[in-house]
Amino acid sequence: MVHLTLDGKTVGAEAGEPLLEVARRQGKEIPTLCHHPALEPYGACRLCIVEVERRSSRKIVTSCNFPAEDGLTVWTDSPRVMNNRRLILELLLARCPGVEAIERLAKVYGSDGSRFRKSAEKCILCGLCVRVCEEVIGVSAISFAGRGVDRRVVTPFEQSSSECIGCGACAAVCPTGAISIEEVALARRVNPFATEVEMARCARCGAPVGPSRQIAFIRKKLNLPEEILGVCAACRRKEYGKKLLSVSEAVRRKT
Amino acid sequence: MGKTRVRDAGDLDALRRALLRQRAAVRRTIAISTRSGCCGSGGAALFRAFQREVKKRGLAGKIAVRQTGCHGFCEKEPTALVLPDGVLYLKVSPADAGDIVAAAASGKTPVERLLYRDPETGAAVAHEKEIPFYAQQQRTLLDANRLVDPMDIDDYIAIGGYAGLAKVLTGMSPQDVIESVTRAGLRGRGGGGFPTGRKWQLCRNCQSLPRYVICNADEGDPGAYMDRSLLEGNPHLILEGMLIGAYAVGSSQGFVYVRNEYPLALKHLTVALKQAQERGLVGEGILGTDFAFTVDVMRGGGAFVCGESTALMASLEGRAGEPRAKYVHTVEKGLYGQPTVLNNVETWANVPLIINKGWQWYAQTGSKASPGTKIFSLVGKVNTTGLVEVPLGMTLRQIIFGIGGGIRGHKRFKAVQTGGPSGGCLPEQCLDLPVDFDTLTESGSMMGSGGMIVMDEDTCMVDVARYFVRFLQEESCGKCVPCREGLRAMEEVLTRITAGNGTEEDLRSLEDLSALMKDASLCALGTMAPNPVLTTMRYFGDEYLAHIREKRCPAGVCRDLVQYEIDAAACTGCTACSRVCPSHAIQGEKKKPHVILQDRCLKCGACFRACRFGAVKRG
Repeated sequence: MVHLTLDGKTVGAEAGEPLLEVARRQGKEIPTLCHHPALEPYGACRLCIVEVERRSSRKIVTSCNFPAEDGLTVWTDSPRVMNNRRLILELLLARCPGVEAIERLAKVYGSDGSRFRKSAEKCILCGLCVRVCEEVIGVSAISFAGRGVDRRVVTPFEQSSSECIGCGACAAVCPTGAISIEEVALARRVNPFATEVEMARCARCGAPVGPSRQIAFIRKKLNLPEEILGVCAACRRKEYGKKLLSVSEAVRRKT
Repeated sequence: MGKTRVRDAGDLDALRRALLRQRAAVRRTIAISTRSGCCGSGGAALFRAFQREVKKRGLAGKIAVRQTGCHGFCEKEPTALVLPDGVLYLKVSPADAGDIVAAAASGKTPVERLLYRDPETGAAVAHEKEIPFYAQQQRTLLDANRLVDPMDIDDYIAIGGYAGLAKVLTGMSPQDVIESVTRAGLRGRGGGGFPTGRKWQLCRNCQSLPRYVICNADEGDPGAYMDRSLLEGNPHLILEGMLIGAYAVGSSQGFVYVRNEYPLALKHLTVALKQAQERGLVGEGILGTDFAFTVDVMRGGGAFVCGESTALMASLEGRAGEPRAKYVHTVEKGLYGQPTVLNNVETWANVPLIINKGWQWYAQTGSKASPGTKIFSLVGKVNTTGLVEVPLGMTLRQIIFGIGGGIRGHKRFKAVQTGGPSGGCLPEQCLDLPVDFDTLTESGSMMGSGGMIVMDEDTCMVDVARYFVRFLQEESCGKCVPCREGLRAMEEVLTRITAGNGTEEDLRSLEDLSALMKDASLCALGTMAPNPVLTTMRYFGDEYLAHIREKRCPAGVCRDLVQYEIDAAACTGCTACSRVCPSHAIQGEKKKPHVILQDRCLKCGACFRACRFGAVKRG
């Protein structure tokens, strides 16, 4: 246990615990775009910056990965912090005009437009999709390509991925709506990666159950038998209903 | 043919003495640099010509010809240096080999036509040490480049190589070694200037094993080639430095991360490593002790950002070369999450010197806070370009005007850019500043790894800032927003200003962006990237204003703000301009005034430079 001063108040924290967690526990508002509790800290969006003082030198650090230590003084909303956040959002507004999550944050931090040339991106390169696919799902179907201003998230060689299981985790964590899942006839499409994953059909009614690769992936991971996950939810309900009915019929007859 | 293993420190000394005895019959050695830069100017052919001449005259065994690394005098390459006399011949061609060999054999009058000439008096200067370019340098690290063939470990052993390693293995504890390096005051030559001894101590203090040592040879600054010259010219010096460092921090595995664009450095290092293994100086049981150390040479893929320590380690691990936060330092958790000491080539090269000659000796050179010498690659609009090694604390003026011989073509000095693309541009009033880590940082620039680009009056400082910002924009890894988006926005603003569309509000934007990048970027590439913009705004603010307010580029560089016209009254119709114009934009009959067709003009300025009558006007 260590003690640090957070916006003038002494608070306790675990040694090494990220400042973001300490601050949020105290109810502090710290914006993030590349942070997710299920993932390792990444420190790319820089919105979670705070100002810290130790050994009488002050600096800006990212709270998502700065470890708490004894005697640290932390400001979560100093003028320097707020200025930097405003400018970061101004840059993101220029990169991704019209993205709701950015516009909302920009308004909060006082950035009402951008002085810089607008492009038409939706992706802010926070890397949540890349990291969830690698760290949580364990598939790594997408990754970064290019450097600097050419950096982008792609499948290998920008071809329909043969690794993607179509689980949609990337779309779920995307803060800007740059990634979306689209159900088309007999397939699930992951946009904008040009990836199409075939849908498995229900063994009973033929309705789509889920991406066949995802089903195979889950079966393999959990070591499940073939017949499990082969039936759609509606048919499964029907089946159980029938079973239930026959059981209750038998019970009724007995009594 | 394999080399025999050196069993212990005594054996090493015996080998050195035996080598010297073997070589005692050699009366003179002609050293020819055949490395990357010099090879381009014909070094390899020259070497063969000298070998032929020596053989033809039956002087084999008496006169040795040695292929060596860079001697630094790039302006006058290829050169031939006759040792031990120190007579230096410049711009030597294979046809000159015969005369030089004859002169060296007789030991009398040198071949005068190939000697250095004083630019003012025209007097010939025979001895290397008397040539101004060398006279004002202190070549402690580079000196051995003339004395060893990098492909032969015995050359290095003959001049006392690996004696430092023997000394630490036989008589110093790891703590003694760290103490020596700390008291010598050695600071990291890769740019940060962090005290090397302290870095080693922090690593040694970590309990976790294994510990790694890394040599950062990913030298990527445009126009900088200090590390390449050391690796190509004297790879064993680097290996010895790493061995001593590894012993000090308790590591048995080292890596050298060399950029793939340095094929010769890679080759020499690989050969050096193989020979060191054969001699038993790398591997298990080094010099009969239980110290073991192996080195792997890894190639970088050409990303500038991989010179950053965490990005380099990610790349070494086989991941994309992207930096990560260093709130937990790499000395604690570096490569593969283990304690790691990373130093650059030149830092490692200093280590054997400190051990051999003692920290007291080392600390005498240079300034108090920045001891030792530093190698700079002096390039740009200076009379004598080349690699220069000087004690830290020497002034910029001494380096540029003393060693470099001033500005080319009698132009005026305008600025010197130190510290690579993310260094700063310093003006004339900074010329008397001592070159050391702290002074350069205070002036808004930095030492960096030792690039020094001299610019003359024909340079537009706004354009220079834009050039470096564009370079960094392409080399940023793109991970964090301030660096990636900030550089993009900076480039946009600077392009607008150089096109004559800038406003004074744009200067505010540049300041805002700089402040953000300095504060909030993830790694040093981003935090240092504003330096070229900030220093040019600070020292050359009037040039920005001229572009913005008067829509004028004072240096006549920014094409959108320049127009060339021919003054009909002054034009003699000599056609010099129309002959050099690459776009055939100049028309006119012989001996009649010419005109420039503006819609065809590329604004390259060739006509302006070609006109001998001052008739081409730049406005």
